[in-house]
Amino acid sequence: MKPLVHLIALSAAALAAAPSVAAAADTERGRALYESRCVGCHSLDGNRAGPSHRGVFGRMAGTVPGYAYSPALRNARLVWDRASLDRWLASPEELLPGQRMNFSVSDPQERADLIAYLRAAR
Amino acid sequence: MLNPMNLGRRRLLAASGTATLSAAAATLLAGCAPGMAVAKPSETSKDVDILNVALSLEHEAINAYQLGAQSGLLQKPVLDVAVLFQSHHKGHRDALIATIEKLGGRPVAEKSVAEYAKDLRAQMLKSQADVLDLATRLELGAANAYLGVIPSFRDANLAKVAARLAADESMHWTTLTGGLGRRLPSAALSFGA
Repeated sequence: MKPLVHLIALSAAALAAAPSVAAAADTERGRALYESRCVGCHSLDGNRAGPSHRGVFGRMAGTVPGYAYSPALRNARLVWDRASLDRWLASPEELLPGQRMNFSVSDPQERADLIAYLRAAR
Repeated sequence: MLNPMNLGRRRLLAASGTATLSAAAATLLAGCAPGMAVAKPSETSKDVDILNVALSLEHEAINAYQLGAQSGLLQKPVLDVAVLFQSHHKGHRDALIATIEKLGGRPVAEKSVAEYAKDLRAQMLKSQADVLDLATRLELGAANAYLGVIPSFRDANLAKVAARLAADESMHWTTLTGGLGRRLPSAALSFGA
């Protein structure tokens, strides 16, 4: 019985670990996507054409110090979480008319990967 | 390392490239004229916003190459290529400024080179490869940014300008990638999405 108990315990541990493994993979894909799609205007630690991104997850929109936001972002009263970031990346203009990004990510999986990366970038 | 045989040819391009910038800018602007005549004011304003983001990328690229050239880390003939690419970005800048002004917009101002150095973490550049790596990242990002905003332009002629800018950036990225000894993408349609 004891080996069987061990086997069940190992299986349970593997199942428990599975979501975190998948999340790590998403984060890595998100990092690669960020490098190819976002780095033209953004970086984690500096304001460039767009604002810096480190700590964006959970932050109030339009509040990075030193960045000149559009009125649409400045007055958005929006917290960046999984749902709002997904809507933003899918269509910034639909979420906040008058914003200035004009770049979207149409693929839901790519948006999820990017959001996973941004969430990890603390 | 960059291939010296190819760089010899690029030096020749450098000599002719600077002289043709004004003509290139004029061509871009001439291409904008028909669409500008029919665009509504709100649509023009949106296009100006996009062009100003593009202009900020060009300001940054010019300063990134300036930082690289002044760092003492770039050796000839790599330095010549960096100066050539910087001249392309100056051509883009001039064309964008003229277009924004023609549309009644106000071109975004260039920041100081010290600010770009801070934003780009230039203090971390310790070798020629570091400089080329930064330039490669910026060129890829710019190419994809230009491709990404094409659907947002109200004026189809400006979308064409963005595509031409993206083509220049992808040329730069391809050259730099080869110079760093990196492999080209194995899959098709590797730019944009």
